Amino acid sequence: MDVSPELQKTVSPKSFSWNFGDTVFKYLTQFFASLVLLMILLMAYEMYASSSLSIQKFGWSFLTSSEWDPVMDKYGALPFIYGTLVSSLLALVIALPLGIGIAVFLVELAPKWLERPFSFTVELLAGIPSIVYGLWGFFIMVPWLRSTVEPFFSKHVGFIPLFEGAPYGVGMMAAGVILSIMILPIIASISRDVLKAVPISQKEAALALGSTRWEATRIGLSYSRSGIIGATILGLGRALGETMAVTMVIGNRPVIKASLLEPGYTMASVLANEFTEATSEMYISALIEIALVLFVVALLVNASARLLVWSFTRNSDTGGRL
Amino acid sequence: MKKFLMFLVVLFMANIATAQLQLNGAGATFPYVIYSKWFDEYQKKTGIQFNYQSIGSGGGIKQVIEGTVDFGATDGPMKDEQLAEAKTKQGTDVLHIPTVMGAVVATYNVPEIGKDLKLTSDVLADIFLGKITKWNDEKIAAVNFGRALPNKPIVVVHRSDGSGTTYIFVDYLSKVSEEWKSKVGVGTSVNWPVGLGGKGNEGVAGQVKQIDGSIGYVELAYAVKNDLPYASLKNKAGNFIVPSLESVTAAALNEAKKMPEDLRVSITDAAGKNSYPISGFTWLLVYKNQKDEAKAKALVGFLKWAFKEGEAFAPALYYAPLPKEVIALNEKKIASIQFNGKPIK
Amino acid sequence: MEKFFFQYRTFKSVVMYGLCILSALIAVVPLVLIFYHTISLGIGALNVDFFTKLPKPVGEPGGGLANAIVGTMILVGLGSLIGLPVGVFAGVYLAEFGRNKFGTIIRFLTDVLNGVPSIVTGVVAYTVVVLPMKHFSAYAGGFALGILMIPIITRTTEEMLKTVPHSYREAALALGIPQWKTTLRIIIPAALGGIVTGIMLSIARAAGETAPLLFTALNNRFWHTTLNQPIASLTVFIYNYGVSPFEDWIAQAWAGALVLILLIFILSMVVRFATRQRY
Repeated sequence: MDVSPELQKTVSPKSFSWNFGDTVFKYLTQFFASLVLLMILLMAYEMYASSSLSIQKFGWSFLTSSEWDPVMDKYGALPFIYGTLVSSLLALVIALPLGIGIAVFLVELAPKWLERPFSFTVELLAGIPSIVYGLWGFFIMVPWLRSTVEPFFSKHVGFIPLFEGAPYGVGMMAAGVILSIMILPIIASISRDVLKAVPISQKEAALALGSTRWEATRIGLSYSRSGIIGATILGLGRALGETMAVTMVIGNRPVIKASLLEPGYTMASVLANEFTEATSEMYISALIEIALVLFVVALLVNASARLLVWSFTRNSDTGGRL
Repeated sequence: MKKFLMFLVVLFMANIATAQLQLNGAGATFPYVIYSKWFDEYQKKTGIQFNYQSIGSGGGIKQVIEGTVDFGATDGPMKDEQLAEAKTKQGTDVLHIPTVMGAVVATYNVPEIGKDLKLTSDVLADIFLGKITKWNDEKIAAVNFGRALPNKPIVVVHRSDGSGTTYIFVDYLSKVSEEWKSKVGVGTSVNWPVGLGGKGNEGVAGQVKQIDGSIGYVELAYAVKNDLPYASLKNKAGNFIVPSLESVTAAALNEAKKMPEDLRVSITDAAGKNSYPISGFTWLLVYKNQKDEAKAKALVGFLKWAFKEGEAFAPALYYAPLPKEVIALNEKKIASIQFNGKPIK
Repeated sequence: MEKFFFQYRTFKSVVMYGLCILSALIAVVPLVLIFYHTISLGIGALNVDFFTKLPKPVGEPGGGLANAIVGTMILVGLGSLIGLPVGVFAGVYLAEFGRNKFGTIIRFLTDVLNGVPSIVTGVVAYTVVVLPMKHFSAYAGGFALGILMIPIITRTTEEMLKTVPHSYREAALALGIPQWKTTLRIIIPAALGGIVTGIMLSIARAAGETAPLLFTALNNRFWHTTLNQPIASLTVFIYNYGVSPFEDWIAQAWAGALVLILLIFILSMVVRFATRQRY
């Protein structure tokens, strides 16, 4: 029970008579809380058990082989892992500077009346379902990339391997751009929270020493560095698992190519495309193993992000609530 | 909160009130257009609902093996070991019942070329192997004499899901190209040497429609309905054949003579001077021994209706109706469906 | 020289702030475009039929997605049957008894669960529900959505309960009211607005999910007859129709997207309004 320390001191628990209802209530709620733990264990166990066939056959080479051949029943997850990482990192490269910019704008520059509607807008962006981003990406953004952006890149910087090849529209770049739009709200809103948590005295001291406003902001930014890194990793976590929008724009082809204009494939989208269609036991087992890999990666990424954000905001008034 | 719960209760009640016999099926996208028409018509007639989800032939086969559906559908017949697996898991044989035939066409989006591109089996195989990468490649020019061919990269579009359309297409490529046979092989999903993946016939047609310079393979109806141009192909007899219902029927008539007892037959690269070479049957997958009497009766009733009246809908939707000989074989199969070891009346 | 350096610093300050304003503007662009396109492309197919009729077979014009709209509601409803009790009670535990190691671990795991990709939840629902039951079913879809709803409800419930002043608890305990009654009759009602907000957020998220339904609830072109069979959902229909080559289906996909966005928009407004009263 959450009572103030003073009350706890004056009334020791022993002086309450043993209350059956309270005990039941406590264990009842505790039971439901434990379900969260059980749920995660159940997920891990189910996927591990269901993918045993492929784990036994391919071992660790599952993670390093790039062959995905349902005819020969040979499976390697590397192209999907690669596609997931590259599309997510590309999204971060685009979204991180923008997100920090927005956070600085909201905390330092925006007039009070603008802050609410603007942060509402950003939250709305976070609330739009993945499938709507996918539809928009497929019909509006991809044609634009194909006709305008990608020809521009291949014409001017096409000699760099990163921008080699024909402009398909769909491909790694499309996935990165749509993901960056999707994770921008997370990065922006958490960065705003951590920036707000910077003690005002820091800024005042910098200004008093003759800093320009931007320099004072920079000090605030470096003060909240670990929080912003946490926000970035959380954004990464969302990008890694994003399914529908990516599936509709990435081109769905398990290859590892240097160029961002080439099609790719991610762990989440191979599941969306092939899960109901997989015919052999080995095929389905390999797909479940991909889900397991994705699950483990997501766990690691989210856990480290939470730890970082928590360690930063624990003592501030945001209370770690994101 | 209470209102919300009340609302839920009302929804559940509403369900019970409208309870009706519903059969679930899943599988091929190839025949989806005609199946949705059939099921719609049959529902109007009898009230029985057939919920068919076009998740791909690979999916249809898998769901039949796992027993998650009442019937399946596929364009590539089940392999022997898949039939054996289904038998151990479901305790019954699975029957292949051909329903209609169709053509898989090479559809492309190259405004400069317009319609009537001509292709040979070699050129088609080389394009999908990634050996021909430009539209003005001399091999393409050689069979399209005097046509303006643009210097554009070829964008290959294929299926990203397991699919019978893929099966028919690569079955053909394997028959005509040794290199394809050894490098890629035949299956409902294969390891594609080049190209982008689209989900379903719809997905491939959608991608081809969107991408300038693309070529993909879809079922004839999807190309026609989307105003996508499609190539004519050189057949075994050496003629360039435009895919059409007639040229598919011609292929089937040539091959139906040697129809095996279990009705699993490939009619790609068929003999005959008018045969379109990438033709195929599509099958419904039905358990021989049914577990639910009401559903069994509904299924048998539907199948009988389909071959008596349903086939008439086929040509308008760009499917070739079955030849009489095959329908006769089907009726024998339908008569062998059982419930608890007894035939269905 | 010094003056020049100061001017440079001031200039840099202005430029950097300019970039910040620019990034804020850039962020608004996709939102405006998504809204614009969804409305302009979706409004055409949005009519009474859309909400009251069943889908038509390919090539026949008309029809609607009534079954999909109801299907989404039912799936979210089923999800709530799991998500609500687990989420609310776990939140109560964290707020009222959670100041210990176990509470910290659960709090942490809840946040982690929130980050598990929804498609993974779908895979788990497939192996846990679909395979043993041998059917794609509304239950499996609801199970997957329920798992997704838990962390959101748990965390908002906890936060909202914590905003209830300690004096409430102390007063109630001083009157000799048992703790469970205090929590259920005083603390929870006091924080009810906030808890409902969390529930609505989770409903909004669940209603917009596609990936976990692809191989659990599958889809259905008709009204479902029992919950033990595949059921339609708005999002899966948007996906299937969106990647199809048929113009009228694509138009209906946009209309579906418009309905979803409106739903999210309205829920967000309500949430805003509810929390504004509190702070």
